[in-house]
Order: sequence, then C-alpha cells, then structure tokens
Amino acid sequence: MIREFFTRLRFLVFRKTPAEVDDELRFHLEQAVDQKIAQGLSPVEARRQALIEFGGVERTREQCEGERPGHSIPNILRDARYALRMLRKSPGFSLVAVLTLAVGIGANAIVFSLLDALVLHPLDLPGAENLYAIQQGRDHAASQSYPDYLDVRDRTRTFDGVIAYTIAPAGLNISGRPEQVWLYEASGNYFDVLGVRPYLGRFFHSSDEHGANSAPYIVLSYDYWQSHFQGDPQVVNRTVQLNGFSNTILGVAPPTFRGTEIFISPALWTPIVNQPQVEGFSEMQARGARGIWLIGHLRAGFTPTQAAGDLNRIAAILSKTYPGDDDGITFSLGRPGLLGDMLGGPVRAFVAGLGLLSVLILLAACANLGSMFAARATDRSREVALRLALGSTRLRILRALLMEALFIALGGALLGVALGATLLRTLKAWHPVPNMPINLPIEPDLRTYGVAALLALASGLFFGLVPLRQVLHADPYQGIKAGNAIGMARRAFSLRDLLLAFQIAICAVLVTSSLVAVRGMMRSLHSSYGFNPDHALQLNTDLDMGGYKGEQIPILQRRILDTLTHVPGVTAAAYASRIPLNIGWSESSVFSDSTTDYRISNVAMGALQYEVSPGYFEAASTALVRGRSFTWNDSKDAPRVAVVNREFARRLFGPDAKAVGSFFKRFGGTRVQIVGIVEDGKYKTLSEDPQPAVFLPILQSPSSWTWIIVRSPRDLREVAGAVDEALRTLNTGLPFTIDTWNKELGTALFAARAASLALGVLGGLGAMLAVTGIFGMAAYSVSKRLRELGIRIALGAQPKQVLGAALGRVSTLLVLGSVVGLALGLAATRLLSYIVYQASPRDPLVLAGVVLTMLIVGLIAAWIPAQRALAADPLLLLRQE
Amino acid sequence: MPTSTDLLQGTLDLLILQTLAPGPMHGWGVAQRIQQVSREVLQIGQGSLYPALYRLEYKGWIRAEWGNSENNRRAKFYRLTAAGKKQLDAELATWDRLSAAIALVLGRNAEALS
Repeated sequence: MIREFFTRLRFLVFRKTPAEVDDELRFHLEQAVDQKIAQGLSPVEARRQALIEFGGVERTREQCEGERPGHSIPNILRDARYALRMLRKSPGFSLVAVLTLAVGIGANAIVFSLLDALVLHPLDLPGAENLYAIQQGRDHAASQSYPDYLDVRDRTRTFDGVIAYTIAPAGLNISGRPEQVWLYEASGNYFDVLGVRPYLGRFFHSSDEHGANSAPYIVLSYDYWQSHFQGDPQVVNRTVQLNGFSNTILGVAPPTFRGTEIFISPALWTPIVNQPQVEGFSEMQARGARGIWLIGHLRAGFTPTQAAGDLNRIAAILSKTYPGDDDGITFSLGRPGLLGDMLGGPVRAFVAGLGLLSVLILLAACANLGSMFAARATDRSREVALRLALGSTRLRILRALLMEALFIALGGALLGVALGATLLRTLKAWHPVPNMPINLPIEPDLRTYGVAALLALASGLFFGLVPLRQVLHADPYQGIKAGNAIGMARRAFSLRDLLLAFQIAICAVLVTSSLVAVRGMMRSLHSSYGFNPDHALQLNTDLDMGGYKGEQIPILQRRILDTLTHVPGVTAAAYASRIPLNIGWSESSVFSDSTTDYRISNVAMGALQYEVSPGYFEAASTALVRGRSFTWNDSKDAPRVAVVNREFARRLFGPDAKAVGSFFKRFGGTRVQIVGIVEDGKYKTLSEDPQPAVFLPILQSPSSWTWIIVRSPRDLREVAGAVDEALRTLNTGLPFTIDTWNKELGTALFAARAASLALGVLGGLGAMLAVTGIFGMAAYSVSKRLRELGIRIALGAQPKQVLGAALGRVSTLLVLGSVVGLALGLAATRLLSYIVYQASPRDPLVLAGVVLTMLIVGLIAAWIPAQRALAADPLLLLRQE
Repeated sequence: MPTSTDLLQGTLDLLILQTLAPGPMHGWGVAQRIQQVSREVLQIGQGSLYPALYRLEYKGWIRAEWGNSENNRRAKFYRLTAAGKKQLDAELATWDRLSAAIALVLGRNAEALS
C-alpha cells in the first residue's frame, strides 16, 4: 500500500501527456484494421468495420484521465475560480453575506474567548488543571483565616502545596512621593507551588519566612516594572519604601503572569508575613479573621473528590479543637482565578447566557444566508439547466455552489475574528473601577481561531446546502423553457419561508431579552441605595501610607474632617472605614444579648459592619428612622453603642419590637447598645436580598482606612478643586483619591451594567439581522412578481391590494415569527434572571416594546420593496421579458 | 453471452495481470490474448482496456514503456512489476476460493433441480 501511495505521488508530479493515450489508441486501431484485412476484407471495408467496433475515443480519453491521481485538482481549481467570479458579479449580495456571517462568527469568537479565559483555562500556568481554590462553609466562601491555612497546609495528604494570598493597597515610595499601589500578599511557597519562574532576579520562598515582618522582599510584576521602573534591569536588589518600611526588590515576574486572580493587575508581590507592615494590622494569629484566599495543587494520583474528603477530615479536627472559631467548618473545592465560586458562579452563568445568545445570532445569520442562497439558486436555475444539459453532473454544480458558500464563510470568519479581536482589545483597555487595577485580560488565541474556523465551515456547509433540493431536482427542460422559474409550484410554506420565520423568531427572542435587560438596568438605577450618591464627593486614603500609627490616626482624621467641613460650599462631611456598595465589605458575627457561648453555630446573624464618624448619616443622606446617630462623645472610653438598619432590628428582635435601647453581643462578649435605626439599603451588590448592617462609631473601632464623604449642592468639580487645595495645605503627606460618589458607584453597578450592555448589543444585532433578512426576502419576492404586480395595477388594483399581494406572505411570516420568538423569550426568564437584575419579562412595557420593535423592523425592511411594488409600471414590465 | 463490459473491474484487472505474467505485451496484444485464451468469449474493447491499463499502472502493478511492435509500429508495452506479481498471486488465491464457493452453491442447486 505504501508503494502504491508513492507510485501515485510520482504520477501526481510527473504527469503523462494526453497525447500518449491518442498514440496508443491509434496503434490499437491500426492493429484491428490489419486483423480485419487479414480476415479477407478490403482495406476500406476493414477500416470502416474496425472504426465501428472501436467506438468513441473521447470517453476512453476521459476515463484514462479520470484514473490519474490528482485528476480532480484542476477541476476544483476551476470551480473555485468560477465561484469567485460569480461572487464578484453580485458584490452587494457578497458584501451583505460576508458582513452577516462576520457578525455571527465574531460574536461567537468573542464569547468563546471569554469562555476560554474565564471558565476553561482561568490560570495560564503549566499544571493549572490541578489547581483548586479551597473554600469554606455552606456558601462556599473563598475567605479563610491564616491559622486555618497553616493547618490545612501542614495536615493535608492530598495536596502537595497549598498557597495563601490576599490583595491590599499600600503606598510605594520609589522617588520621594508615595503612590498607591495594589499588591498581593502571598505565602512563601506561592511561586514555587504555582511553578512560575522569575523573568529577572529571583522570587521569595518558604525559607525566607521567619515570622511577622521577617521578609522585607518585593517581587515586581512585569507591567509595573515596565511602567514605573522603565524596564531597568538594575532594579534587582534595589531598596524601596513600602508604607514607610524598607523592602528589597528581589526580581520581576514573567510577562504572562498576573497572579492568581484573573481580573487584577497587581504592582508587586510581598510575603504575607509582612501583613502588619502592609495593612497596619495583622490577622495572622486570629483564627476567626477570614481575609485570605487559598489555592491548593492537587497531588498526582489523587482525585478532587478524595482531596475534598481529606480536607473535611481536617475540618472535623479543626472544629473539635477550636470550637470558638471553627465550629462546624467544612471545606470544598472550587475553580481558582475568580475568587472561587463567589465571583466564579455568576461569571460562569453570565458567560453561558451570552454563549447561548451568540449561538442564536449565528443561527439567525445562517438562516439569513440560507434564504439568500436559496433565492440565488432559483435565479440561476436557467444556468443550472444549461450546465446539466451540456453534460455536467449535478455533483459538480453542487460543488461550485458549495464553493461560493465556503468562500463567503471564509471571508465572514476572517472579518468576524478581526472584529472580535479588536473588540476584545478595547475591552482589555477598559478599567471599570477607577481606583483599582482591574481589567479583563482576554485575548483571542489559537483555540478561538480554531473554533471560528470550525464555525465557518459548519455555517458554510449549512447554507451552501440549502439549495440542495432545488439543484438535485432541477429539470433542464423546465429550467430553460420557463425563463426564470415563474412556473414553479406554489407550495404552502417553502424552505425559505421557514428560514425567514426562524430568523424573525430569533430576532424577537434577542429583542425581548435586551429589552428586559434595559428595563432591569433602569430599575436598578432608580432603586433605593440607602444613601444618596448625587451631589457628593468621595475621597479615599489610607493613613498607613504616611506612616501614621496608633493614637495619631483618629487625631489626624478629625483634623482632616474639620478642614473639609470648612471648605466653602460643603454642607456635610464625614469619614468611615468603608462605605456601602464599594469594593470590599466586612461581616461580623452578631450574637443575641443572652448568648454566653460564642461559637459559630450560636451566631444570630452575620451583619455587614461599617465604622463611621459622627455626621456620617447626614453626609451620606441615609435616613435616620429612630433614635439618634453618633456624636463625638461616643469615644473610646464611652459605652459601646451602635446604629443598625431596619433589617438588623427585624432579624434580631422581630418586626414590631423596640430595638432602640436594646443590646446585642459581638464576638468575644462585648455588649453593644443600639442607639438608632437607619433605613435599609444596598451594601454588596444591587441585586441582593435585604441585608442586616451595623454601624459602629469609628472612635470606638479605629481604622487607618479612610473613606470621606463630602456633600455639597455646588458644582462638584469646583468643590473637588477646593477640597484638593485644602488637603494640600494640610500637608499630611498622604495621597488622596477624589471622585464623585456616582463615579465610584460604577464598581457596584459594573457587573449589571456590563450584562445589560451585552444583552442590548445582542438585541441590536438580532434586529439588524432580521431587517436584512426581511428586506432580502421582501425585495426578492417583489422583484419576482413584478410582472404579476404590473398586471394587477393595470387591471385596476388599489395600492393596498398590490401591497397585500406583494408583501402578504412576508407579513404573515413576520407576525408568526414574532409571536413564537416572544413566547420563547418569555419562557427564558429563568436564564435571564441569572444575568440581569430584576429581570421580569412579564412586564407589559417589555411586551409592548417587543411588538413595537418587530413592527418597526418589518416596516423599515419592507419599505423599499413596497415602494418598488407600488411604482411598478405595467407598460414597462409587459414589454420586458 | 455477456460482453466484456459486464466484467467486474477487479476481474478485468486480474485477467490483465495474468496475461502480462509471462512477459511484456502491448494493449492490443493483451486484448487479443484474452480473447484467444477464453475461446472468443471475453472480448475486451479499447473502452475498457485502456482505462484498466492506466489504472494498473497508476497503482504501480505494471510498468509501461514505448517500443516497437512486431510489424514495426510504435506501441506501448506493459510489463508486470514485482509488486504486481505479488498482487497477482494474492488475487489468484482469492479468485480460486471465491469461484470454488460459488461453484459449490451453484452445483448443489443444479443437483437439486435435476
């Protein structure tokens, strides 16, 4: 067989000349003639009979040629050239087709890139399939405590490495002025377990850790090294100040490594043992303080199930040994890179929803193209008939048609991928959160291109084969006789009609979902936050960055507040350790007043905790419902008090009970008295259920993190300028970020807004495709029946009747398709509610909106063909063929 | 009598290979030889012969070269290659087995009917 292959290869390269066959046949004929002469016939008679017996040589020639390996290649090339010529002859059709498909394939390429980067291969490291996020608790929270981490790391039998990390801001001083950076605090074995090698210099290791603040080392990220150190290779072993403490730069991480959380682009890594220096406090001894994230590298030969079992064995030990902090603790595994399942769950659902919708778009595009190709095939039935009559096989004709389809598919794929790549690049440059280095590092790679190529091939085959039936059953005689297939049988609903209806249905689905999304977004913008972000500025700084410690902190904060209150135009100002609907939140355990045993299972609830200064509620415009807010007398030495929200009071004391004046207990037994109740609001995300929240006086729970709210009815830009000036004269040596509160809210609204935007865009695409489809169908139907319409007009038909005849079928399909699509869209409420805030498609506005949109789509698309139908001049038409 | 066009493609190949086994021959000679040996039953026209010869050549079982015929005309002579010889032996064995089986079935039927 191999020899045969090589022989055929040889003949592929060294071709025989066609003349050889002729020579052979000539010889054969001569021999036959000679034989006949020898049998006694005359030369003339002999030749005549020999020729009769010989038969036609053309067939023989063709058959010999057909045996040659590679004989079909020139045919294919010829077909390809022919297909290109045909496409060039109708540039409008080709352009529209390529664009339509580009949209479909581009959308899918983007979604696949998202899927690849966020769901399939979140961490781009060798052996990343064996990395798992270690989560705890019933709700699979990513946050763990450091002592728990040490136990997991040391006791596990199924992981050969467990790392811990968290992110934090700090002030990095390279050249005099401290600048805020975001960094990873990572356990010593971080880089080793992940298997990352340094790009420059070296990394820190477990051996460098000798207790708190023992490892003053920094590893720079590649991007930060380029942007802030100009890629200077001399940076290794340089000393810089981090929050006022000297640290040595050990090296630079490779360009492709951004850390273990996908969205964050950090400036540097530092050992987690340095937490006291970086964050100003240390949670490394507190088993109940859960602020770090864990990732484990599964040991070879163990399955995730076994690892989870092993972890829960450790959990049982921890629960028994430390009943206060770890009572009832459980562990579970999740995918790393998106804060385990916390962010991962919603992101995965969102990408899945997007994926479904973009597949729908591709299907709509294919349906569109399918009907276009079918129409084209009907137009060329005469040409097909001619080719059949001249001896072409149906197979060859099909092949030519398929080539056209494949060329369009190729063009569409190339354009689509190019568009998709551009869009992704734009997305990559987008920084949704102003203060934090968060972005989507997503780029199309080989896998994306492969998927795009596959989709192109599948689509090309799909709509290329739509005219299959037509070509296979084409009758040459009928084709040539009837001119342009006017005499074709009229069936109730042809394939093309079905395709159009299908397309319209998909468009209706997309329009429904995007309208639902838009409604949801509008609702989210107007729902009650529990504060008023309008006319307010938000400032942020961290007193650690200036090296302030202990008692200095509250004093400085008070000074800053006084300065700000005296800025002209400022009506209220206050500060807090953190504020609602911002990055990060803190939950603390709340026990009822009668609790004596402070274990996890006795917790009454987990309430979101905010430490605020006096005047906070006025500055934030949070309504005080009952009681009082804080004063400067609620200081360190005064009794512990708190202000809680309605939800908190309801959960702890019941809906009607009097909460003001009552007590609750915090972890450790501290009794706190409730002095006021504020309205409920949104704290973590916009789509959350009502959450209990507790506000503590910041003087009683000091924090170096300082978020300042400044309220002013004046133009915020002016006020911001004045504030900045005032702070500068104060000369605190701290970097401040100043923004309007609404801009900062972008963070919380980011996910919902992104989702709504995506759905809106998809809806728009669907509508566009539907318009093209309906237009194509209407235009085609009108042009085919122009003669008939002309006759109708000549016979006295009214414009309405003419329109009815021309566009009747299209309108029926529009209505049918819309109804089906609307029903499907409504049925998909469950899917949409994962993605969009308060998605309720049974909103009458949405229904009306969809109907209106489809109506407008139909009108726009059918406008031009309708005009053409009405303007049909019977005299002109009847004279034409 | 079934004409040559009814012969299966594979069988024709086998006949040609067998005919070329003794030595090289041109196309006309092969057709004549088969006709003679089969006692005028199998008459292979040029329409079947030459495509078959080309096919065999492309498969590497026979090799072609131009030469002079008995009456000094230019003709293309075909000869069996080593691979062709192997193929011939294999196909002969298959043919024997096949025809014996068919004969058995047909022979039994003939007995039953008579």
